[in-house]
Amino acid sequence: MFRDITLGQYYPVDSCIHRLDPRVKLFGTLIFLISLFLTDNFIGYIPALIFLISVIALSKVPFKYMVKGMRAILFLLLLSVVCNLFLTRGDVVFSWWKLKITKQGIELAGFMAIRLSFLVIGSSIMTLTTTPNQLTDGLEKGLGFLKIFGVPVHEVAMMMSIALRFIPILVEETDKIMKAQMARGADFESGNIVKKAKSLIPLLVPLFVSAFRRANDLAMAMEARGYRGGKGRTKLKPLKYKGRDAVAYIVIFAYLSVIIALKVIF
Amino acid sequence: MEIVKTENLTFEYIRRDEEDNVEGITTAVDDVSLSVEHGEFIAILGHNGSGKSTLAKHINAILYPTEGTVWVDGNDTKDPDKLWTIRNTAGMVFQNPDNQIIGQVVEEDVAFGPENMGVPTKEIWERVEESLKVVGMYEYRKSSPNRLSGGQKQRISIAGVLAMHPKCIVLDEPTAMLDPIGRKEVIDAVRGLNEVEKITVILITHYMEEIVHADRVFVMDKGHIEMEGTPREIFSQVEKLKSLRLSVPQVTELAYKLKKRGLPIPDGILTTDELTEALKRCR
Repeated sequence: MFRDITLGQYYPVDSCIHRLDPRVKLFGTLIFLISLFLTDNFIGYIPALIFLISVIALSKVPFKYMVKGMRAILFLLLLSVVCNLFLTRGDVVFSWWKLKITKQGIELAGFMAIRLSFLVIGSSIMTLTTTPNQLTDGLEKGLGFLKIFGVPVHEVAMMMSIALRFIPILVEETDKIMKAQMARGADFESGNIVKKAKSLIPLLVPLFVSAFRRANDLAMAMEARGYRGGKGRTKLKPLKYKGRDAVAYIVIFAYLSVIIALKVIF
Repeated sequence: MEIVKTENLTFEYIRRDEEDNVEGITTAVDDVSLSVEHGEFIAILGHNGSGKSTLAKHINAILYPTEGTVWVDGNDTKDPDKLWTIRNTAGMVFQNPDNQIIGQVVEEDVAFGPENMGVPTKEIWERVEESLKVVGMYEYRKSSPNRLSGGQKQRISIAGVLAMHPKCIVLDEPTAMLDPIGRKEVIDAVRGLNEVEKITVILITHYMEEIVHADRVFVMDKGHIEMEGTPREIFSQVEKLKSLRLSVPQVTELAYKLKKRGLPIPDGILTTDELTEALKRCR
């Protein structure tokens, strides 16, 4: 049942957003997030909204998948709205007992709610249209310049992709150990949180032991196949910019300049 | 020149306690000298702890001899400059299929070796296609390794080594964790490598059935090579094999028992067909 687990929530359709180079998507997401923080009035959100809607339409991913990501931050969203609503000083519009709602409070609450939802939707578009594999490749190539400063970019990317490969294996193994211990009378279900957490110890110990053993085996297998770090490596699927990636970069920069222009004018 | 040659190879595992004092020394491989010619199919047979896996790891320069020397295609494994040449000459397949697959897609895993060697992209694609076709896994090239059976995963591992175009492949108990169907798939693939691709194969195993097709067999026990010869020569010494805690294939055992009871059957029967032929002649 855990065999198909994937991190993130890649939605497999063929669209022009899916086909973009992962570096473009990473950069675009970053610019979009920055633009949200640059904007401090509602007018600035109009180009952001247009940008977001057109990307969603182009990606062919059903809108409900984007909203799914919202559920995770629903509590955060409500908290921020409530705090902004009641704790902002200004012209009182409505008051009851000690609680006062101000005009500025309403504005700020709405503003924050839009910013948060745009943040989540914007970044989920990236994970929905990019496989974890492409993401690690994109990070490795896109952040390659950090190597000059001694950041082990290739190694980190390799670790990420190995982690992704082993998640389903370890999940399956956890399941197996759990069943083996339940067969011998272990109880993972009853009791309070502390008791439940304690009952996980006999599960985690064998899991860790086996994870270390696997890591050891894998390291040996990688060395036997001539792995010696990122130097001199070639790629089966090297990332290459195509025409559409250039167009995407132009669109991203155009969007950024609109945001900056609006910020300067208003 | 031999592809693999060892001379007085000895390897000791040194156990240390927490203060780094030597607690004990286990000699895993003890004074082994052997040589393997290009294109041979060699089987190394032995009970658990006989030192066969330790010997295998020397051929890929994962372990270095405590005493003696190992040459792979003329290169001394102790020479650090030759390390990567040796690893590209002698590929290695390990026991656990899950712990040696690096890629998240079959074709990406097969490409891992050539990528490390710095092979140009276009040639990697050719090598991936070619190696997957040799092991009969080409139609699974886009699948995730997690969805494959043990035998299929092990064939992917073999393809991954094959894509590096090695002269010799060492398989360290590749079938130990597989079911009978998976074992047959893997052994058929290995025989294909040797017979069609003319690659030297060193197969390490404790399954007797798998050595029937080998050109030469080495039987190891307690770090020594106890027996050496063709499968037929090895299997004709049923008593000695039993004393090394190894069982012979069922059909060989049956032939041996019949012979002991007085039937005129030759030594070293390997297949059911041979036994039926021999029995027909008895009448």
